[in-house]
Amino acid sequence: MRIFDPHIHMTSRTTDDYARMAEAGVLAVVEPAFWLGQPRTSPGSFTDYFDSIIGWEPFRASQFGIRHHATIALNPKEANDPRCRPVLDLLPRYLAKDGVVAVGEIGYDSMTPAEDEAFAAQLALALDHELPALVHTPHRDKARGTQRSIDVIKESGIDPGRVVLDHLNEVTVAAAKDAGVWAGFSIYPDTKMSPDRMVTILQEYGPERVLINSAADWGKSDPLLTLRTGEAMLKAGFSEDDVDRVLWQNPVAFYSQSGRLDISDKSEVEATFAGNSILRGGS
Amino acid sequence: MTTLDQLKSELAGNERLTDDLRRVADKPETVAGLFPAAGRRYGREPLTGGWTTDEAARALLLSVSPADQVLQAYRYGDTAEKLAVLKALPLLPIGDSGVPLLEDALRTNDTRLVSAALGPYADRLGQEAWRQAVLKCVFMGVPLKEVHRLHDRADAELGAMLRAFAQERAAAGRDMPPDALALLDQLKEA
Ligand SMILES: [Zn+2]
Repeated sequence: MRIFDPHIHMTSRTTDDYARMAEAGVLAVVEPAFWLGQPRTSPGSFTDYFDSIIGWEPFRASQFGIRHHATIALNPKEANDPRCRPVLDLLPRYLAKDGVVAVGEIGYDSMTPAEDEAFAAQLALALDHELPALVHTPHRDKARGTQRSIDVIKESGIDPGRVVLDHLNEVTVAAAKDAGVWAGFSIYPDTKMSPDRMVTILQEYGPERVLINSAADWGKSDPLLTLRTGEAMLKAGFSEDDVDRVLWQNPVAFYSQSGRLDISDKSEVEATFAGNSILRGGS
Repeated sequence: MTTLDQLKSELAGNERLTDDLRRVADKPETVAGLFPAAGRRYGREPLTGGWTTDEAARALLLSVSPADQVLQAYRYGDTAEKLAVLKALPLLPIGDSGVPLLEDALRTNDTRLVSAALGPYADRLGQEAWRQAVLKCVFMGVPLKEVHRLHDRADAELGAMLRAFAQERAAAGRDMPPDALALLDQLKEA
């Protein structure tokens, strides 16, 4: 199985995790800029973090043959802190990088006016820099937050096909599908989504424009839940091609819209499923 | 060593770059958006003398920028950008003001940055810092052939540091890299 984890916070993970991921078939990851669990108090703290996810993490990943890209943004939670907001002025420097393949995570946490402003401003930055956008949906008041995110996305003028709405579940998936955005699912223990629930959603909605990620971070999470979801799909009767589609081809297609995704030496890797290998062309 | 004029003539046909160099000369702050995008804007093809198009274009962009923009390009650079700044340093008319960039690169744990910091511009690095940098190369497994003027600058003090390190390695049952042993031999003979 070849796996592209389109949303994982490697800065919070150990080097052992990289080794386990590589062994499990993870060939590429995207690390979105997000909250670190501990509030930051200045723009400098953000830029050091951005430097790490465009510099140190790609280097660490490369030791295990994993290709690492990032997305850059001021996250919704810290958009509420006036001490952090000036980082918005520094974002254009980072959005010009080769390794930055989207603006994100943007969206809502508590749906405040400050979040409205940062969300709209950063969708405008995505348009300016010809980048896709990764939109986080709130963990509380999720259904209304998702609908409001869709409204803001529509208003911004960005093509919905260049947006992924992430952390969806059974309650919010239909609205995302109707809006024409990509549907992101975080397979995360206890809180967000499980491999078996994911399989049920795939049975109902199909594999098109679906992104599956571990969203592994500093919380109780597991970077191998992408693999577990692939295994659950096969067990439920999905074809190897369906699995490859959601775990590899879809994230490649989504982030390729940036024009900056570099997986040149990864796309030719043979996909292997349950010990059988099938040869496929670059995609 | 390759000069700015050589890079300029190699890239003379790159119209986009020629336009952008003029833009930066007029408005220095525009370099902030152009420098990171160099590979996408001007190409990445190899040139002569071990340069690539994006590296050479980045050196030329820095050559028309004021020193503070050079420092900012490094400060906000990703690894490829930082490497390009380090490579350009000896060609730029900035005196010693780039030395803190070498010190920053030498503090990292990225072998590419550490070795790039030990190019010709490292002639401006003090001897103590330079010795520590060479020892760090041995520790990290960076080949010593990357170090500019290694054999000229290596002194008895570096020899003592390497010998102590070799003893620690021996105690741990680990080998010293052959290039470090060869350097020790050279210092013994001196
Ligand atoms: Zn996240």
